[in-house]
Formats: sequence, structure tokens, C-alpha cells
Amino acid sequence: MTNPTTSSGKLTLSGLPGRRARIAVEKPKNSKQVIFRLWKYLIREKSLLFFIVILLLINTGATLAGSYLLRPIINNYILPHNTPGLIRMILLLLSIYIVGSLAAIWQNRMMISVAQKTVSIIRSDLFSKLQTLPLKFFDSNNHGDLMSRFTNDVDNVSDSLNTCILQLFTSTITLTGIFTLMVYISPMLTVVTLFIVPFMLLVASRIIKKSKSFFTSQQVSLGIVNGYAEEMIRGQKVVKLFCYEEIVSADFEKINYELRNKATKAQYYSGVMMPVIQNLNTINFALTATVGGLLAIFRGLDLGGLAAFLQYSKQFGRPVNEISSQYNTLQSALAGAERIFQIMDEIPEIPDIPAAVSLTDVKGDVSFNSVTFGYDAGKVILNNISFGAKAGQKIALVGSTGAGKTTIINLLPRFYDIQSGQITIDGLEIQKIQRISLRRSMAMVLQDTHLFTASVMENIRYGRLEATDNEVIDASTLAGAHSFIQRLPKGYQTILRNDGDNLSQGQRQLLNIARATVAKPPILILDEATSSIDTRTEQIIQKGMDQLMQGRTSFVIAHRLSTVRNADEILVLENGEIVERGSHEVLLKQKGHYYQLYAGQFD
Amino acid sequence: MKEYFPFFRNYRKALILAPTLVIIDVFCEIVQPKLMSKIVDLGVSQKNMSYVLHTGGIMVALSLLAIAANVGNIYYSSHASVGFAAELRKGMFNKIQKLSVSNIESLSSASLVTRLTNDVNILQEVIMMSLRLMIRAPLMLLFAVVIAININAGLASIIAIAIPVLAVIIYYILRRGLPFFEKVQRKLDKVNATIQENLVNVRVVKSFVREDFEKKKFGFSNNELREISVKASGTVVLILPVMQLVMNISIVAIVWFGGNKIISGTFQVGQLMSFITYITQILMSLMMLSMTLMTLARAAASSERILEVLNAKVDIFDSPSAIEKNLTVKLGKVEFENVFFKYHSDGSEYVLKNISFTILPGETVALIGATGSAKTTLVQLIPRLYEVSKGRVLIDGTDVRDYTMQNLRKNVKLVLQQNELFSGTIKQNLKWGNPEASEEEIVTAAKDSQAHDFIESFPKQYETVLGQSGVNISGGQKQRLCIARAILRKPSILILDDSTSAVDTTTEAKIRESFNGHLKDTTKIIIAQRISSILSADKIILLDNGEIIGTGTHTELMINNPVYQEIYNSQLLQKENEL
Ligand SMILES: Nc1ncnc2c1ncn2[C@@H]1O[C@H](COP(=O)(O)OP(=O)(O)O)[C@@H](O)[C@H]1O
Ligand SMILES: Nc1ncnc2c1ncn2[C@@H]1O[C@H](COP(=O)(O)OP(=O)(O)O)[C@@H](O)[C@H]1O
Ligand SMILES: [Mg+2]
Ligand SMILES: [Mg+2]
Repeated sequence: MTNPTTSSGKLTLSGLPGRRARIAVEKPKNSKQVIFRLWKYLIREKSLLFFIVILLLINTGATLAGSYLLRPIINNYILPHNTPGLIRMILLLLSIYIVGSLAAIWQNRMMISVAQKTVSIIRSDLFSKLQTLPLKFFDSNNHGDLMSRFTNDVDNVSDSLNTCILQLFTSTITLTGIFTLMVYISPMLTVVTLFIVPFMLLVASRIIKKSKSFFTSQQVSLGIVNGYAEEMIRGQKVVKLFCYEEIVSADFEKINYELRNKATKAQYYSGVMMPVIQNLNTINFALTATVGGLLAIFRGLDLGGLAAFLQYSKQFGRPVNEISSQYNTLQSALAGAERIFQIMDEIPEIPDIPAAVSLTDVKGDVSFNSVTFGYDAGKVILNNISFGAKAGQKIALVGSTGAGKTTIINLLPRFYDIQSGQITIDGLEIQKIQRISLRRSMAMVLQDTHLFTASVMENIRYGRLEATDNEVIDASTLAGAHSFIQRLPKGYQTILRNDGDNLSQGQRQLLNIARATVAKPPILILDEATSSIDTRTEQIIQKGMDQLMQGRTSFVIAHRLSTVRNADEILVLENGEIVERGSHEVLLKQKGHYYQLYAGQFD
Repeated sequence: MKEYFPFFRNYRKALILAPTLVIIDVFCEIVQPKLMSKIVDLGVSQKNMSYVLHTGGIMVALSLLAIAANVGNIYYSSHASVGFAAELRKGMFNKIQKLSVSNIESLSSASLVTRLTNDVNILQEVIMMSLRLMIRAPLMLLFAVVIAININAGLASIIAIAIPVLAVIIYYILRRGLPFFEKVQRKLDKVNATIQENLVNVRVVKSFVREDFEKKKFGFSNNELREISVKASGTVVLILPVMQLVMNISIVAIVWFGGNKIISGTFQVGQLMSFITYITQILMSLMMLSMTLMTLARAAASSERILEVLNAKVDIFDSPSAIEKNLTVKLGKVEFENVFFKYHSDGSEYVLKNISFTILPGETVALIGATGSAKTTLVQLIPRLYEVSKGRVLIDGTDVRDYTMQNLRKNVKLVLQQNELFSGTIKQNLKWGNPEASEEEIVTAAKDSQAHDFIESFPKQYETVLGQSGVNISGGQKQRLCIARAILRKPSILILDDSTSAVDTTTEAKIRESFNGHLKDTTKIIIAQRISSILSADKIILLDNGEIIGTGTHTELMINNPVYQEIYNSQLLQKENEL
């Protein structure tokens, strides 16, 4: 049951149904590494970023120049009563500010577009990654938790990219600029100003240490809440039928309060950073004012100079405050990014071997040689399975539930890899065939029906994207689905929602069959494809299916005699082993398992 | 807004303390420049060293007080905002539990999940922010303006022009941006739904090698989300530079007018400097205010979506008289009286048409009919998952609407065709049938549904952990667990909707046999395809396209119902051919 891809620091919450987080929750990764990976995403928009930096320099330059001009304006124009000069300077100041603001507008808009682009790339990379992961991953991870990574975690990153990066940039540049000006005016006062910096760093590092881990656990908790809610809302009919509303609510309350406790701490520790730093800054300002005052008294610092310096000292505090105020967003972004990268680091399906071939003109000879398989290392599900299907044959798999029929079928498209033995198609071992080509050579109707949010037409066409409308209609006629589709409110254009919630189970199966039919593959696999369909409709499908199976190798799993009796070979599975094999007639005469299984249908 | 008040209930103290502490903080901050200008104007110009030191000391002390106030504020506001969010989530989740199946179908589960986490988070953020900035920013603004007026009322009138100009600009920007945020959340729903669907359908995607197709599909909704996000954020983010511009122009104006005043001798340099300081202060508080407004814009959209859930009209609920009467189902008699039903009130055709029949306590009744003939629909009306459109469903002679849902469903157990198991252990899943069930009761139920043996064969037996919707067990095993879950507490009425379709016939026969033992008095309604599963029924109801086209025992129907004969023959023919 454990996910082999995750080895360390596993968190398995199984106290409550619905609470499972199988992706390793490692100790908060090195933030530097996370930042670096985020940076690699951002840097893709090099040219835009370059532009943004230019605009940013203009904007901050304008702000700095604006405040720097105050001193000469006062000293050189206002005090000497130079009105024409004052007018010139005022106009200069005005144009500087206007240029600065225009730059700011562009810089903000561009940054948002870069940020959103980056975020959407991250989201689509995450989705693409998901497509490469093995079924094992999906078997053992909670849907809602994965969804939370796409929405809540990505959102955190997005928020911070929108504003954070820009602010950090601006603040750093401003800081440098102001610092230079301060040194220029009075190196002595600058030293006083810097006196407080070590204190700030000390306080900051203390707080950072605490809040980082809280943010990570907040995001994990959020994923759990999302997962539980998703599962329970989707299973709401069962919740209602078993009057489980209160129990489910109580369970939700537990994980909800856990989230609350973690989130409160995260918010507190990250939130407290800014005001504390801000006030340390004010203390700094007070000290500077005092020392500056003393300097002015004893060392004859000029009044304008003191005023300007105090102005800078105040301004010096501002970027520092801003950096610390962005800190909160940044932390939650890193926590989110970490969870995103966790998925990106999951191990994908084993890649095709370099020499893997692409199948062309599949004949459809399939054989299993001494195949042994278990989903988990500890438990063997299929034991030494051997059989062969010649091209065009129909092979039926029967046996009690849990015998391993679906498992055999799962091995053909390499949903799971076998532990020992050999599976071949046209004599080629399936590990040596490109996965895409292997899967394209077969169409499956799975035991669990699944449909997409799309029209009936598109759902069937999913089997072969190039299929024309007529081919789709032909396929559904063959699959016995045409007549009910016609009766739907909008026929083939009826939109299905929620996995086909608005259809009956049998109708869903018919659409699943039609989807496989339109694919026209060399190998056809039907896993209890008609189990919910009434026998009269099934008779109709049967004819269609017989026609479809002509010239195709087919594997059919069914409990109904009518479906399996005309198979070329019937394999009877019990506990993962083939216990009987042969044609219908032969097996009936044996009066063994097969006879037993079907005797019930005749009483 | 008032819908939110109850969720703040436990945080009243924090809600009062947080803003109060902000006021202290603002006070400390606002007097600092005043003190500073005193250092310059009184201390320095009069060369009064002790005055400089004294005033400096006061400034430091005030800062320390401010730190304390701020830490307190953050403490209380994080408690209040996060606590509010938690209460809100709880409230929403409880509300969702009350919604009917069709309510939820129309809201869509993926969207409900987004609202529950993402939208609530946005509200949390805005409250956290408000408890600090919404008080702080206007206060700072007010103080700064007052002091600016004090220094020079004439110059201060510049602010009186600037602020209304700003207000108008911000108003227009927000008004433009607001609708975008609502769309952002809706696109997020869509992205979420695509992901949910892909997770559920992963086997289909892989088997048809449609990874690239899905990526394209996802890319489409992802792009839509990006575009609308850029529009939304791109609009509101204009507030910052525009405000900066207006304020900077004001500063220029102040330097000009103030400079002229100095030239004419009615104003002093120190005054001009501190005036500019306060103008900067005003700028900063406006900046903060607008950041809050930006967050508010987004929150307004989310709030609307949350309120949609909180205010959703529940369409199936316990009537007051049902609660008062508190009837329980005892015998298990089921009657349908001229029942009509359709899923959507605006649908053109009824799915069930004029259904009437009676099932006596303890009877076993089979419901058969073609795929889509509305068998599932019919049985879902009995535990009131959906409400009849016309007519009545009676149990023990009482309309199902006159029972509380709890009392009704406790004794009417429906095993759904589309079975649902939850992640957790097998035992936890079975306990849904009866949270207080003992070990033996669980084993008995599992034995009756032929689940015990395979459960025992798992290494961890009843403690085996199931994946979401039971992905790691076979279809027939799932069905048997669902049956076990339903019979854990002996119901008066048991409905099996095609619940053994993936179970082999031998096992199915055994299940039926054990029903005859332990569940002898229970009324059983069975939907099945195989004739063998229904032959022994006391009564067979034959449905076709939402109408009853035959009722009777097997023998009766064989005599007078051609459709039934046809079904029977479709299965019997095979038998004769084979044996
Ligand atoms: N994804 C899975 N992970 C782990 N065990 C599984 C998984 N799917 C099936 N099993 C186990 O494998 C055995 C065979 O299941 P399956 O092949 O589905 O049976 P069936 O013959 O009914 O189709 C069962 O005991 C089941 O519990
Ligand atoms: N949730 C739903 N919303 C709208 N239509 C539905 C819904 N469920 C089923 N239907 C429609 O009602 C009809 C009867 O379905 P159902 O009762 O599931 O049939 P079955 O007899 O196969 O169980 C079908 O035509 C189906 O399309
Ligand atoms: Mg199976
Ligand atoms: Mg049905």
C-alpha cells in the first residue's frame, strides 16, 4: 500500500476516513532551493523582466531624485528668494514625478502579466507532470489534496509574484540609493543609523525560523481539509443515506480546527514581523534625530542638511518595512511552491527503454508467460499466469470477484509492471514496445465507467479523435447506445456532467462501449462492460460486439454466460491462478468451477 | 454581511482588542514627527542638549510601547481572522450537509470545494488586513490631515483637493476591477473541475493515450484563468501608481506654494519640512488603504460565492410537523400513489409517470426493466434523496415527507448502483452502517454479504486501508462491502440497486440465502438484470420508460406479460442451448 516513490518522513493520517496524505511531507526543504526553482520559472520571461527592471529603476530613481531635489530647492532657491529658479525646479520636479508614475504603471502591469504567465506555466507543468505519473500514485493520493495544490498552493505563489517580487526589487534598490545619499550627507550619522540593523536581523531571523514551519504545516492541513471536503461532497448520497451528516461534520471540525491552529500560528509569526521591524525603525529614527540634533549643536551640521538627513533616515526605514511586510506573502508562497515541487519531483512511469519499438500493423497475438504480479511487494495477486491469444481470437476471463481478472487486464497496457514472467504482443515483450504505441493498439472498456464533462458526441469521439460524426453514430449504433442517445434532450449534443451523473448507470456503460468501438483497435478489452445493462439490450449489443470483434483479438470479462459462451477460450481464474481453461462446451462437461459458476444462472 | 456575524461570535474580544491596540500604535507613530520637529526647532536652534536628549528618550519609549501594541494587535487579529475562517468553513460545510442532492448537483462539487477553501482564505486575508490597516490607515490619515491643517491651513487645502480626486479615481478602478474577480473565481472552479475529472478518469486517459489531449484541454481553461487574472489584477494594481502620482503632484504644489510663502516670509523651512513629512504620511496611509481596497475587491467576489452557499435554499428538509411527530419506520410497507417525477422542474417530460404499487412488510420485490427505464430513479425516492414532483410515497402508511429524514433513512437502506467507499480502513467504512457496531456485528454483516472471507485474506484484514472510492479493491469486493455496510444495522426496508452486478452468480446466491436468514422480516426491493436473481421474488414490477407495464409473480407475468416473457426468454434460450 505504501507509495514506493516516497521514502522518508511519511505522514500517513488514517485516523479518519478521508484523511490520507500519501505524498511525503518532508522537513521544510531548503528555501533557497525552492526560491531557485521559482526563479528559473520567472527567468523564462527574460526580456519582459529586463524591461520591468528598467522601468523599476526609472521609477525608484524618480522617487529618490524627487526627495533629493528638496534640499537644493530649499537651500538654493527658496532661501535666496530666487523665484524664476524655483519655477524651473518645480517644473523639473513635476516632470520627474510624472515619468516615475508612468514607469510605475507599466512596471506593475507588466509584472502582473509576467506573474500570471509564470503561474499558468507552473500550473500546466504540474498538470503535465500529473499525466506522466503511474497509476500507483493516483491509487494512493487523495484527489482533494492534489486539487488543493493546483488552486490554493499555486494561488499563494501567484499572490507573491504579483506584488512581492516587485516590492522586494524596489525596496532593495531604494535602500541602496538612500544609503548612498546618507553616506554622502553625513557618514557619521549613517553609522548611527546602521547601529540598529543587527538588532533587526536578529529579530527577523528568530521570527523567520518559527513561521516557516508553520506555513508549511498550514498548507498541508489545508490540503487535508480540501481532500476531506471533496471526498465527502462527492459521496454525499452515501452520507445522506447513512445519516452520517453529523459524524462527517464532526470529523471535518477536527481537521478544520487543526488547520485553524496551524494557520493562526503561521499568520501570527509572519504578521508580527513587519510592525516590530517598523518600530525598531522608529527607534532608529529617534536615535538619529537625537544624535543629529547633538551634531548640529556641537559640530555645526547645517539645518537643511539635518532636515534632509532625517528625511532619508525616515525613508531608509520605508523599504525595510516594505521588505518585512512582503515577508508574510513570501513565506506562504514558498510553502505553496514546496508542495508544488513535491509533485514535480514524483517519479513518473518508468520511461520507455531506448530501443523500444513502435507497433505498426498489430496482428494481435497476445501471450502471458508465467506472469506473477502483486500491487504491493508483500502480496501476490497473480501467480504464474500463462495463456496465449492468437490474432482474432476471443478470450473470456471468468471467476469469482477478486480472483484477479481486472488485474490481468491492467497489465496489458502496462498500467502496472509485472514482477516476473513475460507478456508479449505479436511476439514482442511489452516492455520493449513504446508505451504510447502499446496503448494505442488496444481499446478498453473499464469496469468503472468514466465520462467527461463534454457532449455525448465528444465523449464517444474520445476513443478516436479523428472520427467523423457519422463514425461516432455508427459506433454507438453498434454499441446499442444510439436509441437512448436520440431520446436525450439534445441528442448527441447533450452535455454530460460530473462523470455522467445525469445518465443511468447502464447508459453510461453503453457510452463507454461506444467509445471503445469507435477506436477500432486491433485489441479490444471489455471488463464487465455490460454488467448493468438489461439482458434484452445486451442481446442487441452482443450482435454488434460480435461484428466488431471479427478480426480483432478480444478479452472479455463477464459474469453472464451469454457474453462468454462463444469465446474461443475461456480462462477460469481463482485466487490469481488459472484453474480451468477451454471452450464453453468442454468446461461445462468438466463440471468443475466453471459449471459451478454458471449453474446458478439456470436455477 | 450580517450572515457573517455568527462566525465572529467566539472572537468578540479579539475583534475589539485588535483595533484598540492599533489606535495606541497610531498615536505613538503620529507624535514622532512632531517630537522630531521639536528637536530641530527647539532643541537644536536653542542649543538645548538636555531637551534634545529628553525628547529623544520619549521617542524611544513610545516606539517600545508601539511594539507591544502591535504584537498584541497581530496576536488578536490573527486569532480573529483565522478563527473566523475556520468557523465559516465549518458553517459552510454544515450547510452543504443540509443541501439536497439536486442542490449540490446544481452547484457542482468542484466549485463547492473551491469555495470552502480558496474563497474562505481570501476572506480570511482581508479580515486579517482590515483589523490592522482598515483602522490604522484612516486614523493615520485623519491625524496627519489634522496636523497638516494645524501647521498651515492654506497649504492643507491642497490635500482637500487631492483626496477627493483620489477617491473618485479609486472608485472607478475598483468598479472596473470588481467583476473580473468574480470571473477569476469561476475560472478557478473550472480548472479545479478539470483536475478533479482527470484524477477520477486517469485510467481512461491513459488507456486511450489522451495525455496530450487532456493537456490541451487543461491549457485552455488554464489560459482563460490567466487572462482573466491579468485583467483583474492589472486593473486594480493601477491604484498604486495613480495614487503615487496624485500625491507627488500635491508635494510639488506644496513646495511651490510653501516656497513662495517662505520667500514672502510667512512660513519657515522647518514647517515646510514637517509639512512634507505629514504629506508623505498621508500618502502612505492612502497606499495602505488602497491595498486593503484591492484585497477587498477580490474578497467581495469570494464573499458573494460563499453567501450563495450559505443562503442556498435547501429544497428537501424536515417539516416542523415531522419533527414534532417524530415517527419511525417499523413495519416496512411501501406504497407509491400516482407518483410523477422529473429531475429538473423545467424538464419537458416526466422520468417517472403515474407510478402506483404497494409492497407489504417482509416481501421481496424485484424491479426490472431496460436500461434507463428509471429503476434507480424510482428507488431513490423512497429514502427521499429526491422529492416526488406529484403524488405520494408512503411508508407504513405515512408520507415520507412526514418522517424526519434521520428516522426515515435509519430504517430504509439503499445500496446505490454507483457505489461509494471512502478512504480509510475497511472497518471505518463498514461502521458507516452503525457507528456503534461491535466487532461481532461487523463480522456478521460481512459474513452475510460474503465479504468476510476476502477481507480476511488481506494482510491487514479489517484494518486494510482503502484508497479514495475504494480504488484498490475489485468491483465485486466493493459491492459486497457496500452491502455489508447497509445491513450492519438491520433495516426495515433494504433496497439493492443492481448491487451484485460485479459479483459472480455463486456468491450472489449465497448472499441471497443469508438474507433469507437474518433479514427475513425486512422488506427487500431488488433491482437486478439476471432473472435468476429475481425468480424467487414475491412480486416483480416491470418498468418501461418510466411507467409500470406489469406487476405480479413470475408465474403470473409469464402468463400475461409479453415483455416479461421476452426478457425471460432472452436468458432462458441461452440455457437451453447450453445445457
Ligand atoms: N489498485 C490496487 N491496489 C492494490 N490491490 C488491488 C488493486 N486493485 C485490485 N487489488 C486487489 O487485487 C485482487 C484482484 O482484484 P481484481 O483483479 O480487481 O479482481 P476481479 O477478478 O474481480 O476483477 C483483489 O484482492 C483486490 O483487492
Ligand atoms: N441526476 C439526473 N439528472 C437528470 N437526469 C437523470 C439523472 N439520473 C438519471 N437521469 C435520467 O433518467 C432516466 C432514468 O435513469 P435511471 O433511473 O438511472 O435508469 P435505470 O432504470 O437504468 O436505473 C435516464 O434516461 C437518465 O438519463
Ligand atoms: Mg474486476
Ligand atoms: Mg440504474
